[in-house]
Amino acid sequence: MELWFNEFQSADSKFSFRVRRQLFSRYSDFQHIQVLDTYEFGRVLVMDGFIMTSEKDEFIYHEMVTHVPLAVHPQVRKALIIGGGDGGTLRELCRYPDIEDIVMVEIDPLVVEVSRKYLPTLAVSFDDPRVTILHEDGLRYVRRCHDMFDLIIVDSTDPFGPGESLFTREFYSNCKHALKADGILVNQHEGPYYREDAEEASAIHRKTSSIFAHARVYQAHIPTYPAGHWLFGFMSDSWDPVADLDRERWEARGLETRYYNPDLHRGAFLLPTYVRRLLEEGEILDDVFVRAKDRDEDPEVDDHE
Amino acid sequence: MNSPSQRNYLMDQTQAPLFEALREFRKRRMVSFDVPGHKQGRGNKELTAFLGKDCLSVDVNAMKMLDSLIHPTGVIDQAQKLAADAFGADKSFFMVNGTTSAVQAMILSSCSPGDKIIMPRNVHRSAINALILSRAIPVYVNPSVNQALGIPLGMALEDVAAAIGEHPDAKAILVNNPTYYGVCADLVSIVKLAHDAGMRVLVDEAHGTHFYFSDALPVSGMDAGADMCAVSLHKTGGSLTQSSLLLLGPRMREECGYVRQIINLTQTTSASYLLMSSLDITRRTLVQDGFSIYRRVIEFADYARSEINQIGGYDAFGTEKCDGGAFFAFDLCKLPVHTRAMGLSGVEVYDLLRDDYDIQIEFGDLHNFLAILSVGDRPVGIERLIAALADIRLRYGGEAATDLINEYIKPSVAVTPAEAFYAPAESLPMADCEGRIASESVMCYPPGIPIVAPGERVTAEALEYIRYAKEKGSTMTGTEDPQVEHLYVMLE
Repeated sequence: MELWFNEFQSADSKFSFRVRRQLFSRYSDFQHIQVLDTYEFGRVLVMDGFIMTSEKDEFIYHEMVTHVPLAVHPQVRKALIIGGGDGGTLRELCRYPDIEDIVMVEIDPLVVEVSRKYLPTLAVSFDDPRVTILHEDGLRYVRRCHDMFDLIIVDSTDPFGPGESLFTREFYSNCKHALKADGILVNQHEGPYYREDAEEASAIHRKTSSIFAHARVYQAHIPTYPAGHWLFGFMSDSWDPVADLDRERWEARGLETRYYNPDLHRGAFLLPTYVRRLLEEGEILDDVFVRAKDRDEDPEVDDHE
Repeated sequence: MNSPSQRNYLMDQTQAPLFEALREFRKRRMVSFDVPGHKQGRGNKELTAFLGKDCLSVDVNAMKMLDSLIHPTGVIDQAQKLAADAFGADKSFFMVNGTTSAVQAMILSSCSPGDKIIMPRNVHRSAINALILSRAIPVYVNPSVNQALGIPLGMALEDVAAAIGEHPDAKAILVNNPTYYGVCADLVSIVKLAHDAGMRVLVDEAHGTHFYFSDALPVSGMDAGADMCAVSLHKTGGSLTQSSLLLLGPRMREECGYVRQIINLTQTTSASYLLMSSLDITRRTLVQDGFSIYRRVIEFADYARSEINQIGGYDAFGTEKCDGGAFFAFDLCKLPVHTRAMGLSGVEVYDLLRDDYDIQIEFGDLHNFLAILSVGDRPVGIERLIAALADIRLRYGGEAATDLINEYIKPSVAVTPAEAFYAPAESLPMADCEGRIASESVMCYPPGIPIVAPGERVTAEALEYIRYAKEKGSTMTGTEDPQVEHLYVMLE
């Protein structure tokens, strides 16, 4: 029997891969969590039907949310991860010895448990002595912090589920108060291609750019994410992500990476024109592209084989 | 008097006869040659795509198997009896034109033209409008005012006693249970005073559905022994907007037929089965799960109160303000918050929450805003509200405001609302109306409590309030003039 997993990337298109077997499936208090063993991507973590991460391409996402801010900020001592239950972001942060304190606020304890058991290449840093893991609402945690963190990374699910409140103005604004004056906020910024993701990306940018002096968007190619193209946000009142990149300092650390490098760092902020239009003007690709089904009349049909 | 959790249901509350009849109707796939014309949605594809086929398939007309609201003898009659049983009432009527129609039915069936009715002045516009329809004469009891919060409270018992003493010929007393802010008067004692004087007690429970399903909340109208209650099941109970209940107590047993005649004067003869089935289903849900649902809602509200009070600058007030008098009891499911200590008006916070944070709350007035919690709330929403309020304080909070304007404007009654409404009138710019008798209302909506009502002399204080509320961005309504710059006043 062939078993295929399908994810609807939009209502009318899907992404699919063959599954060797389902290793785990359970409903937590917050979401449906599955781990699939696949031929193409290794083990894949799926939540509420959406791919969160895969063993084969997780390095792209996790390197891009950590090394980009850490190559800019000279002295990250205290960092906060909102979400990130699979442990990948934590793993990358823990490679920086000068970070003294990392708080990870993951609302769903089952995600951490599942990762420990099924995703051993990601779950390597949960027991690092610098790490505190809390299972509570991210927004609730952040609004009680003032002037505490050098870096906040929002490694969340999509806005249609338990991650809903992490895409709101009140969340970004409370993050700003939780950061020190020269702190950096990095978030997963949804994708630019399919309408629902793109509308959200535009909304996030509108909110963050009204709060932070620098609200810049960068991109990466992630095969298991919708359209293979995903965005991240870099927000700070002090640092420009490109002008303030300190290449020598980062290279001196001698960290080995598979996706990130300082040349790519600069390039990641150079966005395709349609993505710029999305962020600057809120223009959605679907609205300018005439979809086949909306055409007034079909051309002459010739499908006799 | 029983507490709600000890209510003995006399009927099998697991039934939902109207709901079941509609499901049965759907299964039979009847061919309709009656109205409505969309015929189970087939005639209006776009509407069906939008609302769903299941929804349109039960948007049907009265028929034998589905009974008829104007003269119920079948499943609607059964469903109404179950609702009466669920709410501890003797009789219930399904209302499909909002609680407005239930309030009007209470007043119209209790007062003939020229009869007196005792009521607080801080009633909803539906009650004032009922006075125009019934030509009843209001005897206003000034509600007490909490000076620190600037809000009107319930009626103090001694004021009710005085009104009864001065107007022993009044037919009824109308009570808000609770007010918009969640404040309740001593309803049990008011009922006793009124009944001793031979007057009916009519209770506007537009915001009190949940009182019937919790022991931790103020007493409900029926449990207090009131004669008629207008219960807005859609506001905090979960039924569809516009669906409501009118409840009658045991002293009204002989009047049921007359009340139904009154209702039928103005109620549609094509009552919506969507609305009525939502009442039937909601009643069953509330009997089964209401107690645990409202326990959770109260926990949410208490949590929000304590968190909001820790932010600073806000006063999320509650039972600590109860004084045994006009603030006799407090509805814990309401979340009124006083904002004056940080220099923002309630309306300003209300607008910021909507425009900057996509959070819609019930209303904001000059010094308070009100969030309403009900069956549909969840933790993420509560967290968002608290976080947004924390952010608003950091962004906009300032010095305490000193210009406290009371929400309650003492009325100067000249003639009855009906007399003023039907009299020859002229439209004048608002500022020129001082001293004239208004023939229409002016109010902020929400809450919809008239600042000036028909038949009242326009005072300088009322004009100042209107000016200030407009300046703070309140939505004004009530006048024929859509801009609310002109007011119709009686010709002199």
